[in-house]
Amino acid sequence: MIASRYTSYAYIGNKVLEMTTKVAQLAVRPRTTPEPGAGTAEQRHRSRRGQRTVMKVRTDMQTTANRVQGPAIHVKGLEKSYKKLEVLRGVDFDVARGSIFALLGSNGAGKTTVVKILSTLLKADAGTASVDGFDVATHAAAVRESISLTGQFAAVDEILSGRENLVLVAQLRHVRYPGTIAEDLLDRFSLTDAAARKVSTYSGGMRRRLDIAMSLIGNPQVIFLDEPTAGLDPQARIEVWRAVKELAEHGTTVLLTTQYLDEAEQLADRIAILHDGRIIVNGTLTELQQLLPPAKVEYVEKQPTLEDVFLAIVGDDGLDGDARSDPASARTTKE
Amino acid sequence: MRKHFFGDTAVLLGRSLRHITRSLDTIITTTIMPIAFMLLFVYVFGGAINSGSDSYVTYLLPGILIITIASGISYTAFRLFLDMKSGIFERFQSMPIARSSVLWAHVLTSLVANLISLAVVVLVALVMGFRSGAGVLAWLAVAGILILFTLALTWIAVIPGLSAKSADGASAFAYPLIILPFVSSAFVPTHTMPGPVRAFAEHQPVTSVVNAIRDLFTQQPVGTDIWIALAWCVGILIVAYIFAMVIYRRRIS
Repeated sequence: MIASRYTSYAYIGNKVLEMTTKVAQLAVRPRTTPEPGAGTAEQRHRSRRGQRTVMKVRTDMQTTANRVQGPAIHVKGLEKSYKKLEVLRGVDFDVARGSIFALLGSNGAGKTTVVKILSTLLKADAGTASVDGFDVATHAAAVRESISLTGQFAAVDEILSGRENLVLVAQLRHVRYPGTIAEDLLDRFSLTDAAARKVSTYSGGMRRRLDIAMSLIGNPQVIFLDEPTAGLDPQARIEVWRAVKELAEHGTTVLLTTQYLDEAEQLADRIAILHDGRIIVNGTLTELQQLLPPAKVEYVEKQPTLEDVFLAIVGDDGLDGDARSDPASARTTKE
Repeated sequence: MRKHFFGDTAVLLGRSLRHITRSLDTIITTTIMPIAFMLLFVYVFGGAINSGSDSYVTYLLPGILIITIASGISYTAFRLFLDMKSGIFERFQSMPIARSSVLWAHVLTSLVANLISLAVVVLVALVMGFRSGAGVLAWLAVAGILILFTLALTWIAVIPGLSAKSADGASAFAYPLIILPFVSSAFVPTHTMPGPVRAFAEHQPVTSVVNAIRDLFTQQPVGTDIWIALAWCVGILIVAYIFAMVIYRRRIS
C-alpha cells in the first residue's frame, strides 16, 4: 500500500498544484443535485475510457429517479461539535433512492457522527437532515420507521442465538410472523446451520451478516452501515459486500461509511469524502478519478485508484507540495 | 410510539430474562457474598455478639437481604453497561419502538434477578435455623419493602450503567452500598456504637429498613420504622430516577 502510494505520488508529481485548484473549484461548487450537463460530460468520458459502463447507466437512472421522487437522504449545512471540538462544519449531500452512497474519511473525520444524526441518535447543532422525506429532528419517530442502523460494532446479542436475535428484532418491529422472517433471513445469509448457536460462538463475518440481516427486518427504506467491514478478513469482507450489493438490487438505499477506499470503489454509486468537517468531494468514482490529470505519459500504466484520489485531495497538512514533488523529481531523474 | 410501550418492554424483558437463565452463575455469584457473610457472622462472630435475641441468624437475615440486593444491582449496572458498549442499545434506540422500554426492561430484569437471589438467601437461612412465625400479610409487607428497596437501588444502578467508561466502573459503585449495612443495626444493635457512629447508623436508610423487616419477621409491632423505611425507599427511588433520566436523555438525544 505504501509502495503504491509512492508510485502515485510519483505519478501525480508536478501536477499537484493544478489538481489542488481543481479540487478547490469542485469544493466550492454546490453539489446537492447532479447538474443537467453532467450526463453528457460523463458520456464523453465513458467513450474515452470505455469502462465502468454499468455503473454509469445506473447513475443516469438515479438522476432521473432523483428528480421524480426526491432524495432518500437530504443533508444540508449539518454542524456538530463535541464541546469545543468541531466535528461537522457544514455537511451537505443527497443520496438518491435505491443507490449506494459511500461516505469516506479517515478515523475521526465525523462519519459516525453523520450516521448518528441521521439515525436520530444524536442531535445536530445546526443544519437540516431528512431521511425518506422526514426531518430527523422534528419527525424522529417517522424516521426510525424508515431506517435501519448497523453500527460500527456488530450490535448483536451475544447470549442469544442467531435465530433469537432475528426474532427479537422482528418482534420489536411488530412485523407479522417473526419466526418465518427469521428463517428466511437465516437462509438468505447462509446462517441456517448456525441458527441455534449462541452468537458468541460466531466468527466476525457471520456476526456481521447476522447484523445486516437484522437490519433488513421490516423492509426499511434506508439502511445505514457504519464501517460494515471494519476488522473483517478479506473473505468476510467479500461476503458483506455481496450482501450490500444485493440490498441495493432490492431497491434499498444504502449509506455506508468506510475508511477502506477499495470498499467504496467496489460498492458505491456515489462517493463523498468527508474531511475537516466538510464534504470536500462528491461524485461517482469516474468523476473522482477525473480530478487527477489523465494518464498522458505512456510508461505509467496504472489508472489513479480511488486511494490515490483520496490521499491526494485530503493531503497531509504541511506535507503538501515539497514532500510530494520529491519522489516525482526522483522519478524524472531516473528516466 | 406509546402504544407499544408494554409490548416492547415485554419483548425486551424476555430477552434479558433469557440472559439470566442462560448465565445463572451471575445470580449464584451475587448470592455467594451475602451467604458467606451470613455463615461468617452466625458461626464465627455470632457467639460473641449480644444481639439481644434468641437466634442470631433471625436477627441477621434482614441485613443480609439488604446486602444481597446491594450486590445484585451491580449486575444490573453491568448488564446495562454491556448493552451500551456493544451498540445494541443504539440499535434499539434507532428502531421504531417505545424508547424508554429499553431502560424499563433492564429495571424489571433487575427486580426479577434480585427476587431470585433473595429467595436463595432466605432458603439458606432457613437451613441455618432461621425461623419466623410471621403471617402471610407480614411476609407480603417484607416482600413489598424489599421490592421497593430493590427498585430504588436499581435506579441508582442505572446511573453508572449508562455513564460508566469501563465494566469495573459500572459495578464498583455498589461497594459502598454493600458496606452500608455494616454501619447499621443489621449486625449489632446500634446502642453499642460510640456516639457519632451511632448517630449515623440510626439515621441512615438501612437501619430503618432492617428494623422494619426484623419486626415483621419477629411479629413485633413495626412502629414508625416502617414509615421511615418507606419514606427512604421512595425518596431514593425518586431522586435516583430523576438523575438516571437526565443521563438517559443526554445519552439518546
